[in-house]
Amino acid sequence: MSRDLGGILARHRNDPTRLVQILRDVMEADGWISPPAITALADGLGLPRARVEGVAGFYAFFATEPRGRYRVLFSDNITDEMAGSVELRQRLLDAFHVRLGEVSRDGLVSIDVTSCTGLCDQGPALLVNGRAIPRLTHARIGAIAAMIRGGAPLTEWPDNLFEIHEHVERQDVLVTTPFAPGEALGAALARGPEATLGEVERSLLRGRGGAGFPTGQKWRLCREAPGERYVVCNADEGEPGTFKDRFLLARHADLVLEGMTVAAFAVGAQKGLLYLRAEYPFLLPGLEAALARRRREGLLGERIRGAEGFDFDIEIHVGAGAYVCGEESALLSSLEGERGIPRNRPPYPVTHGYLQRPTAVNNVETLAKAALVARHGADWLRSRGTGRSTGTKLLSVSGDVARPGIYEYPFGVAVKQVLEDAGARRVQAVQVGGPSGTLLAHNELERRIAFEDVPCAGAFMVFDESRDMIDVLHNFARFFAHESCGFCTPCRVGTTLERQMLSRITSGKGTRKDVKDLGHVARLMKAASHCGLGTTAGNAVLDAFAKFKPSFDRRLASLDVLPVFDLDESLAEAREVTGRDDVGAHFPEEP
Amino acid sequence: MSEPTPAPGDTAPTFSLDGHDVPFETGQTVLAAALAAGHYIPHLCYHPEFAPHGSCRVCTVKIDGRPTASCTAAARAGAEVDSRSDEVLEMRRRLVQFLFTEGNHFCPSCEQSGSCMLQAVGYALGVTNAHFSPLFPDRPVDASHPDVLLDFNRCILCELCIRASAEVDGKHVFDLSGRGIDKHLIVNAESGRLADTALAVEDKAMSVCPVGVILRKRRGFRVPIGERRYDAAPISVVALQKKPRPSAAPKEG
Repeated sequence: MSRDLGGILARHRNDPTRLVQILRDVMEADGWISPPAITALADGLGLPRARVEGVAGFYAFFATEPRGRYRVLFSDNITDEMAGSVELRQRLLDAFHVRLGEVSRDGLVSIDVTSCTGLCDQGPALLVNGRAIPRLTHARIGAIAAMIRGGAPLTEWPDNLFEIHEHVERQDVLVTTPFAPGEALGAALARGPEATLGEVERSLLRGRGGAGFPTGQKWRLCREAPGERYVVCNADEGEPGTFKDRFLLARHADLVLEGMTVAAFAVGAQKGLLYLRAEYPFLLPGLEAALARRRREGLLGERIRGAEGFDFDIEIHVGAGAYVCGEESALLSSLEGERGIPRNRPPYPVTHGYLQRPTAVNNVETLAKAALVARHGADWLRSRGTGRSTGTKLLSVSGDVARPGIYEYPFGVAVKQVLEDAGARRVQAVQVGGPSGTLLAHNELERRIAFEDVPCAGAFMVFDESRDMIDVLHNFARFFAHESCGFCTPCRVGTTLERQMLSRITSGKGTRKDVKDLGHVARLMKAASHCGLGTTAGNAVLDAFAKFKPSFDRRLASLDVLPVFDLDESLAEAREVTGRDDVGAHFPEEP
Repeated sequence: MSEPTPAPGDTAPTFSLDGHDVPFETGQTVLAAALAAGHYIPHLCYHPEFAPHGSCRVCTVKIDGRPTASCTAAARAGAEVDSRSDEVLEMRRRLVQFLFTEGNHFCPSCEQSGSCMLQAVGYALGVTNAHFSPLFPDRPVDASHPDVLLDFNRCILCELCIRASAEVDGKHVFDLSGRGIDKHLIVNAESGRLADTALAVEDKAMSVCPVGVILRKRRGFRVPIGERRYDAAPISVVALQKKPRPSAAPKEG
C-alpha cells in the first residue's frame, strides 16, 4: 500500500466528493486499490468503508485486485476489431504467456480489453497504465512487448508511440470561424446575461451530446432555479465511434472553456467542472495550460474581463472508465465521488444537479457553439443547418472509409454525402450515433443527419459488404454488457443475456429461440430501463432484425433447439489442468 | 373517466387505473396511491418506509401509453394508468424471469419459500420458469456472523438492507460494489465478513429483505410450510393487508 495515502488525501483536502480523483491517484501510485488502502481512505474521508469499496469497484479503471506493473487494455470497439486488434492482442498475450484478463506470473503485465478509447480514426489502440497508444501494428506491439520485458518506465518509452493525430477532413463554420480568446465573453458582457441567454435561445442551439435538448431552455431553467449554480462540461465522450470532443478539446480548447464561461455568465454560476473521460489523459496538459493562461488573461477567476461580480473558475475532473457517466445525472454522481448511477428524474439537474444545486450540464461541442453564438449572434448559427436543427455538426467518421477523421457539416447533410466525402465503397451499413444510435442499411443512405431525421451525437461508423453485421452486433452487445451500471433489472440482466445470445449465434450455436429471445430482451430493455443506456442497448439488434435478417439466418444452427450445455466444452478445464488435448480428452463429434 | 383537473372542495384528485378512479394526495406516487386505494401493483424494491428506488422495475405500468416505474412516478390528475394489459403483464413476467435467471433461486430448498416476495410475485404473474439460460453466478455464502447467515445467491439487489442499515440503523453495514451483472452486495468490513461489521439482530436491516439473503441462524423452518406469509393468500391480497413486511428474523414465540 502506498505510504503516500496521507499525501494524496491532503492534496484533495480530505474531500469525499473528490473520491474518484483520490482513487485515481491511488491507482497511479500503487497499481491497484488494496483492501487496507480502502480502509485508510474511508477513515481519512469520514466515509463508511463499504462506500469507498463500492466506488472503487464500480469504475473499470480501478483495480481492487493486484494487476500487472504494466496494465495493458486493448480498445475493443468494432473499428479496432476491424483494423486487426484481435490478432495484435493475441500476439501480446502470447509474448507474455498470459490469457486475457490475467496477470503474468511474475506480476509484470496484465492484458485485458476496455471499451472504445475514442481513437477509432487511428486504431487499433490500447492504453498502458492509462496512457493511450494509437495506430497499433505488429512492429509497435513488438516494441511494446520489448519495453515491458525490459521494465522501462513509461516516461522512457519513445514519445512518437503516444502521438495522437487530429485529422480534419471537412471543415465548416465551427472550425473555420476565427476566434480570439475573450471575444465571446466581450460580446456577452456588452449584451448582459439576459440578452446573452436570449441570443442562445433564439439561435435554437440544441445539445450536441445526443439528446438534443434546447440549450437556451436548459440555461434558463438553471438561471431561474434558486441557489448556488454550477456549469458542467460533459467531456465524457464514451459512445463507441465518437472522437469529435477529443478533437475540439485538443484544437479548440479555448472555445470550449469560453463557452463554459459564457454559460456561467448567462446562468449566474461561479464554479465550472469539466468531466474528462479517463481515456483522454493526453488532453490534460493542454487543458490545464489553457486554464492557467485564461486565468492570467483575466478570462477566468475573479472579475472576469474587469466585470464586477463576474467570478468563475473551472476545475477538471477525470473519469475512471464508465460510459454511463456520459448520462448527465450519473456524471454528477461521479463528480460527487459516488458510483456513477443515473438518478431518478425529476428533479432534473437544472434544479437539483451537482450537490443538489442548479446545474447546467452541456456537451463539449454545444459549449463551443454557444461561445460562437455569443460572439456572432443567433443568426450566425441559424444561417446553417435546417429549421429544427440549426448550425453544424461534427461527425467522427471511422470504419471502412478511405479517410477517417473529423467532418463538420451543416445539419441536414445526407448520409450518402458523408460516405462519398470519406471515400466509402460498397457500403453495407452505417451505424450513426454509435451502438445506441441508428443502424442504417445501404438503401437508406439518402437520409439526413438532423434531429428530425437521423440524430447523431457524433459517431459515424461505416461497414462495407465484407463485414458480417452479426459480428458488429456482438461487439456492441459486449460493450453494453460491460458498461451497464447494473442499477435496474432490465438493463443489468438484459445486456448480459443479449451478449450471451449473440455470442452463441456468432459461434454457430444459435437457434431460432435465441433470435426470438433477443427480440424479447431488446424490447424489454427499451421499454423498462431506468436510463438511456438501457433504453438504447437493444437499438442495434432491433434495427438489424428489421434490416439484416438474412445475416441472422446465415449464422443459425439448423436446429430449433440446441442444448445450452456443451459436453466437450465442459471438459476444457479438465484438459487444461491435465495438460491434455489429445483425441481421448475430447468427446467425439456428433455425427 | 376521471376529471382531468382536481375537483374543487374536498374531493381528492384522481387518476384512472385500469378503469378505476384512484384518489391521490399531492406528491404521492402512482404505486403508493394504488396500494392505498386497494389496488395491487406487483413490486419488489419498493418499501413503504423508504424512499422509492425504481431499480427492480417490476412495478412498471404504462402511464398515458408510456412504460414507467409506478413507484417513482408522481401521480397526476387525469392520467390513464395501465397495469393489467397483456403488454404490461408480459413486461413484468420477463423482469421477474430476469431476476430468477440472474441469481441462484432454488425455491424447494430455500427456507424463505412461502415467505419470499420474489416467489410470490412470480406466482402472482404466472411465471412458471426462468425461460432464459440461468447465469449460475458464483456467490459464496457468509456464515461468519454468530447469529446471521448471508446467502447472496438469492439477492435481487433491491438495496433495502443498504437503505435500512444506513438510514434507520445508522450503521452502513451493507453497500454495493461491482457494476452491471457483476454488481453485488458487500458488507462494511476489510475482511469482507459479516462478523466484522456492526450488524445486530435487532437492526432494521434484518427485517427488510424481500427474499432469503439475510437469515437468522437457528430459526430455519420454524414456521412450517403451509403456514407461511403467502401460503394462505396470494401476495396481491397480502400486500394490501397493511401488515408489516415479511421478516427474515421472526421474533421469538
